[in-house]
Parts: sequence; structure tokens; C-alpha cells
Amino acid sequence: MIRVKKGTDSRILGVGGYQPSRIVPNSEIVDRIDSTDEWIRQRTGIEERRFAATDETILDMAEAACRQALERANISINEIDTVIVATITYPYQAPSAATALIARLGNPKAAAFDINAACAGFCYGVGMASDFIRSGTSRHVLVVGVEKLSDFTDPQDRATAFIFADGAGAVVIGPSDYPGIGPTVWGSDADSRDAILMEPSWNELREENSLERWPNISQQGQAVFRWAVFSMSKAGLRAIEAAGITPADLAAFIPHQANVRIIESMAREIGIPDSVVIAKDIRTSGNTSAASVPLAMSALLKDRPDLHGGLALLIGYGAGLVFAGQVVELPPKPSSPPTK
Amino acid sequence: MALTQAEVLIGIKEIVEEVAGIPADTIEMDKNFTDDLDVDSLSMVEVVVAAEERFGVKIPDDQVSELATVGDAVNFIVKVSA
Repeated sequence: MIRVKKGTDSRILGVGGYQPSRIVPNSEIVDRIDSTDEWIRQRTGIEERRFAATDETILDMAEAACRQALERANISINEIDTVIVATITYPYQAPSAATALIARLGNPKAAAFDINAACAGFCYGVGMASDFIRSGTSRHVLVVGVEKLSDFTDPQDRATAFIFADGAGAVVIGPSDYPGIGPTVWGSDADSRDAILMEPSWNELREENSLERWPNISQQGQAVFRWAVFSMSKAGLRAIEAAGITPADLAAFIPHQANVRIIESMAREIGIPDSVVIAKDIRTSGNTSAASVPLAMSALLKDRPDLHGGLALLIGYGAGLVFAGQVVELPPKPSSPPTK
Repeated sequence: MALTQAEVLIGIKEIVEEVAGIPADTIEMDKNFTDDLDVDSLSMVEVVVAAEERFGVKIPDDQVSELATVGDAVNFIVKVSA
């Protein structure tokens, strides 16, 4: 029998967000996909999004979000022993974005790895970080969601060109005297792997010996909509039950920012009461995949500082299809005001 | 037990009214969801899922785009319930 037990409960100590400076309104996109500002707003709720500059990288965005999260958590990078980066748009398969990130942040000895769970990646990471702390494997974990989807979106694709965007969000998760992160409810619907795809593969590119077909994301909008609203609301309810609370105990609902209509339908299906603040950061940020939940959390706490310390239901879902959700206590108010 | 066209139509009218806010008395068999009732593709998914639950039938994703009119939906549900 092992004789040492050293894990503790866990909670989020701080959140940070970073968005590129370039704002891209619908008017900049509509002509090339024969659409209108009104159509995009009606179908998705998106009014504008941010695209990174050509020379602005995944690591640049992730570093900025992490520095802000560390500052707000009042934790030094040297106290971080584990870094988890959720992304599907880091343009190197090895070494990982996480190792490059910790080298930049100044602690190149922490455990570091990337996870691929698409738009659910951040919530997968939160679940893992919490369990690492509870088991005693880790003490302070940086969980980062970062995407430069503008590099992997076909600007002419009428189904996706107006949806995806760029950004980064991060949280510091650390020890706690009480449970500040509920059990993660997660899983897959892997029979629907074709619903969201990034194609072609590297092998196909090599065989074609051409860059005419670059890896881009495509999705079957209606199938994803149906799955997101009706399957994910059930997963959200299970996460609430697993935390031993009811929807009325929540201060905020922060789902993956895929589409305002999915968010509103999901909230209705779960039975989120009017007293709960629902994050709709997608209106000005677009769908930033793994970055969307922490970015929305950061933006919400800037607009509503009274929500610091309240309970929030997080849920991410995306390509795979995969999903993960949990109830968390939102981080305490930092000593310096949030700037996102 | 097979459903009748009349009872499915009543149910569809109520669902479309609830999902899209269109008064039930303006919804008839020959109305086109998109052109006449302004039910867009995402609202159509909500109508379909509500109809599945109400009538206990399965309407596959690839079938949804074939349901152009209220009558198409009613007749499909009657057929698969038989």
C-alpha cells in the first residue's frame, strides 16, 4: 500500500484573456460569402470577431493570457508545476505548444503538454488540472485555451468563414480548503466524427504536392446544432447534479461560445433561471474554440465584478464529437482590476 | 399505433408557434417552412427535435432538408409512425 496522501481540494485562483487588436466586423466578411450582416447576426449572434496579425502566434496570445491570469491569481510562474494547453491550431505537432510556452514564461522545468479536445479542450484541461491537484500530482496548474482559427478557416466557406476567430484564455488552478471545482462530466459521440472536420491530412497534402487545399475546418451546422442543444443540455444538467447543486445555485452559465442560439436554447433546456448571468461573449469575439470559455469568463468578470466567487457552469463541446463540463467557483476578485 | 394526419398537424402547429412565434392558425399543410413561415434552418432543427419527442419518432438529419412544407413534415411523421 502507498503510505503518502497529499492531495487537496482545488479551485480557480485567477483568469486571464487576450484578444488580438484587429476587430473584424461582419461587413468585412459578407461580400466573399454572399451573405449579410443581418443574416450572420440572426443565425449566430456574431457582430464582430478578432483576427490575429500574420506574425502574431499562438504562443504570443497564450503568453499574454497566462501572464494576466498569473498576475490576477497572485501566483509566480515558479509556483506553476504543470501546464496544459488546449489547442487545435498550433502549427507544430511536436514539440508541444505547452513546452514552448513555459520556456517563454520562464519556468522551463514544469510538466507541460497539449491536449486535443477541440472546443471542449479547456474544460477537459480544467477537469484534469483539478484531479491532478486532488491526487497530489500537481499543486498549481496553468490551463490555457488558445486558437488562431483564422489560419485554418477557408475565407470563402459559407458555413464557417463568419464563425471562427482568434484569441487565448487561461486560468490558474490551485489548492483549496474546500471543493471549488465539481466533478467533470465528459464523454464523446464518436460516431459523429464527420460532423466537424479539419482536412486534408498532412499525408494527403504530401501526396498532392500542392498547397491549393490547406487544412481547414468544415462542419455540418444543423447536425452540430441539434447535438449541442439537446445532448449538451443533458450533460450540463449532469454536471450540476454531480456538484450537488441546482441551477438556481449558479451565478453564471459560461458555455462554449459557438452560437448565441445554441447558448440560449441550451439554457432553456437546462432550466437556467433568469437570475443566472449567461455569457454571450461570442457577439464580439466569435467562436474561438478552446479559448472561448476562459475568454468569456474573463470578459464576464470584467463586466460583472459581483460574480467573482460565484458558481458557474462551464461546458465545452466540439469536434470528435467530444464534450466536458463542470461547475466551478469563479476566481476571487484580484487586487488589480481586470483589463480585458 | 399509427398517428392520423389531423392529429400530427395540430401538434406541428403548436410546435412551430412555440419555436418560431408564428400563430398556429396561419400554419397550413401547403405552407413552406422557409418561404412562407420564415422558419430558418436552425429553428427547423428545434421543430424537428420537438416533433420527435412529441410523436415518438426519429427524423434523421439527412431527412430534415427534405421537409420543405408543413405537409411534408406531417406526412413523414404519419408514415414513420405506422
